Amino acid sequence: MIDKQVESLEAAVADIHDGATIMIGGFGEAGSPIELIHALIDQGARELTVVNNNTGSGGVGLAALIQNRRVRKMICSYPRTANSTVFPELYRAGEIELELVPQGTLAERIRAGGAGIPAFYTATAVGTVLEEGKEVRRFDGKDHVLEHGLRADFALVKARRADRYGNLDYSKTTRNFGPIMCTAAACSIVQAEELVAPGDIDPECVVTPGIFVDRVVVVADPAHESHLVKEGRTYP
Amino acid sequence: MSSQSGWTREQMAARVAVDIPDGSYVNLGIGMPELVAQFVPKGRELVYHVENGLLGMGPDPEPDAADPDLINAGKKPVTAIPGAAFFHHADSFTMIRGGHIDVCVLGAMQIASSGDLANWSTGAEGAIPAVGGAMDLVAGVRTVLVLTQHTTKTGEPKLLERCTYPLTGKACVDRIYTNLAVIDVTEQGFVVVDLAPGVSLDEVRAATGAPVGVGPALQHV
Repeated sequence: MIDKQVESLEAAVADIHDGATIMIGGFGEAGSPIELIHALIDQGARELTVVNNNTGSGGVGLAALIQNRRVRKMICSYPRTANSTVFPELYRAGEIELELVPQGTLAERIRAGGAGIPAFYTATAVGTVLEEGKEVRRFDGKDHVLEHGLRADFALVKARRADRYGNLDYSKTTRNFGPIMCTAAACSIVQAEELVAPGDIDPECVVTPGIFVDRVVVVADPAHESHLVKEGRTYP
Repeated sequence: MSSQSGWTREQMAARVAVDIPDGSYVNLGIGMPELVAQFVPKGRELVYHVENGLLGMGPDPEPDAADPDLINAGKKPVTAIPGAAFFHHADSFTMIRGGHIDVCVLGAMQIASSGDLANWSTGAEGAIPAVGGAMDLVAGVRTVLVLTQHTTKTGEPKLLERCTYPLTGKACVDRIYTNLAVIDVTEQGFVVVDLAPGVSLDEVRAATGAPVGVGPALQHV
């Protein structure tokens, strides 16, 4: 019988190794799997490469993972946002690496990685500093840049509902990177607010089919990053 | 000359809004471009795309109705209209990069008379580079409009022969809306197509770091 539910956050992240590449869902706080990230901080893996659109805010979630010096390199499109101080300080001090990727190219690299496409050409970033060092080729009279698909050892993703097969749906704009990251990671770990019976998510409305999901852990009432930041909370 | 003469921010946004055709799918950049939605002429329907995964953004929520699960690209709470759709990031940027969005309105640090745009980084030492979706928008959206003050806070021209900041994209800007004028980017360079009330062509030329031509509608000025 297939049952992807795991008992605890601790068990869900137990085998994440030092040096792993981890895709973490979320755009700002929407879709950020804070409880899984905090479990990863407790677990202790270091020298991580993290793929996320941003670098977290305040002293919780992704910002806390970085502040606890677990991240060697960030792959992201927008590493500074309101209340984001942890990454900028380490970056200026030369203590964390940054691979800056245009947001759509980041999404497409993840999609391609999940779809078994090793590389693709795009018009985004042609003629800019983010083109430097990359192959450029002309199609239909226009220059395009070669970009590579992105894969990861693990994905940490937040969903609304899950069933034991790993079928998922999401809440509003929390969906963002979740579905594509689940396809691009060797092991996709999902925190869902609710575990439902198979069939309760209408097959017409399954957003992430269970084949892309490896583990589901229930976090019934997930924290909102902005609320924790407003309270001045830090982790651990 | 003060960079604040001519149109106000609201008047600039309204001037942009009258140029966006009914039925357009529109992406509004963070900051002043967001104002454009408040000035859409009656009888026109625009559908707003926000690149984090919503087509059909509605008005701002009441403060007590803000939902952290429903935000825009500026990470501020928004609402969704009846008929809205949520989608993941690859679909969202398929809309942008695949040429499905009709119009975007972006801010600018510098614009060259060739249509090159710089709006993401000054390239300064110690700055944290952050690009977001800007390079995708200028590469994929059919019509790229720029909404900006004509000069910087210190009075330096933003419209130049060549950008000195790192580019967002090459030859990508179609039209520029400033506090002084509406300016097309043409094969002949900048061409003024509308002037703010009380602003002369000489004032626009004095505040611009490249030659400025005059469009047919203004030949009499």
